[in-house]
Amino acid sequence: MQFVQLVISGLAQGCIYGLIALGFVLIYKATETVNFAQGELLMIGGFAGLFAATTLGFPYWAVILVAMAVTAVIGFLNERIILRPILGQSAVAIVMVTIGFGYMARGLVTMIPVIGTDTHSLPVPFRGEVFRFAGLVISAEHIVIITVTILLCGALAALFRYTKIGIAMQAMSQNQLAAYYMGIPVKRLSSLIWAISAAVAAIAGILLAPLTFIHANMGFIGIKAFPAAVIGGFTSLPGAIVGGLIIGVVESLAGFYLMEGFKDAAPFMVVLAMLVLKPNGLFGERLAKKV
Amino acid sequence: MSAPFFQAEGISVQFGGLKAVDGVSFHVDKGEVFTIIGPNGAGKTTVFNIISRIYNPTAGRIMLEGQEVTKLPAHRIAGLGIARTFQNIELFEHATVLQNLLIGAHVHRTTNPLAEALFLPSVKRAEVALRERVEEVIDLLDLAVHRDAMVAGLPYGARKVVELGRALCTRPKLLLLDEPSSGLNVEETEDMAFWIEDITRDLGITVIMVEHDMTLVSRVSDRVMAMNQGRVLAMGQPAEVQRHPAVVEAYIGTPAAAAELERAAS
Repeated sequence: MQFVQLVISGLAQGCIYGLIALGFVLIYKATETVNFAQGELLMIGGFAGLFAATTLGFPYWAVILVAMAVTAVIGFLNERIILRPILGQSAVAIVMVTIGFGYMARGLVTMIPVIGTDTHSLPVPFRGEVFRFAGLVISAEHIVIITVTILLCGALAALFRYTKIGIAMQAMSQNQLAAYYMGIPVKRLSSLIWAISAAVAAIAGILLAPLTFIHANMGFIGIKAFPAAVIGGFTSLPGAIVGGLIIGVVESLAGFYLMEGFKDAAPFMVVLAMLVLKPNGLFGERLAKKV
Repeated sequence: MSAPFFQAEGISVQFGGLKAVDGVSFHVDKGEVFTIIGPNGAGKTTVFNIISRIYNPTAGRIMLEGQEVTKLPAHRIAGLGIARTFQNIELFEHATVLQNLLIGAHVHRTTNPLAEALFLPSVKRAEVALRERVEEVIDLLDLAVHRDAMVAGLPYGARKVVELGRALCTRPKLLLLDEPSSGLNVEETEDMAFWIEDITRDLGITVIMVEHDMTLVSRVSDRVMAMNQGRVLAMGQPAEVQRHPAVVEAYIGTPAAAAELERAAS
């Protein structure tokens, strides 16, 4: 029973990792760039939600929408103003810029007097409620996280599979040059993808808030979501979620059954094992060059 | 006098100190097959990349049906009726042949995302019409055997045809073919020649092409433009351009240089 309990809380935590990993993969597939500021977008989303909930007194669903909107705009501008001018430079330069953006975001948030380095708690309607079911105790936070993640994944899957804009995004991720000549506005869609993945990060931030509080350094969770994306293969959207769930469950079990300290190291051990056994990840494309 | 179908006026492009294309002017009439030839580095592909808006010309302008297209972004030209293929084939590798062609056909579709998500009757009608157009192209190019195959697994020759088919699905007025015969065997080149003839004669599409295979060039071209070092050497009927002294010289050198080589060899 305890084991099942641990798996469930691991899955909930894994959903958060999965959502952040989803942001990594979306951006990587569309623009072949890794956005290391994904965690900071989550943090900004958390604070935007906090502002909407406490200062504006919005209900929970509106808090999510505000957080998504604010971060989406920041993600969009990030691509437009900071990244587009350096497109075509080496991948290292672009990665450094995203890391720099992350540091700046963290610094700027800390400089806001009411925020500083304090931790803040986001008021949620289901705080502290638990469900008892067949001997299990499941907290409402975990149920909300899992439900929202499922809904969000469904919405994204529908976007990519059934709408023209989603199919255009798939096309551009497969061949940018060809996409231009199919009339696909590649640059505009790149900005849009940055906005979408920022909004996904914001949702992760709002979902995470009841578990860890909101603070300027909450974005470091991105470092743990990165292995999730690697396990999934870095090019697969379902892979990102599955990778996140694996990391979440492994971490949860390691934290309970293994010695102190293994909790944080376990995800990276899983990644190491994965890179040795299956370097392209669970769902990665096999990149074999035809000669 | 009405404006020609397609016109390039004094286009130049410079990469650093190198003038890749230097004041090139030509026009193409409706329904024509216009071929650009020249030795490697002559600037043929650069001219293509200017027309298809990958490069911005440093001088000059390009006009399609009297409308200036010099400054349009690359994704806009498909909507105006310009399609292109690539020397090294640019396809959506992890999609089927049918999906590649359908993406081409969607250039002109205008429905909104909400209607698409709900799959309203208008969307359904539009999709059916596009699918019919795609099937016509599949018939024309004999692609039925590959319809549901993944592009990544197809042999080179078939991929080349898929790329041509995808360009046709965008319903172009002007088709740019970048070395349509490169990498094809004799038989496949023969098929390509047939299709280029069909495309101009039956579909009324104007073709501008870059090509090295002189048999194909002579067979399908109405007019030929020879380039070297970014400039136009000669323009006119295929046979007359091939005999033009400047063209012969660009390909195999001057008689004096040839004699020089002979002396060195003996």
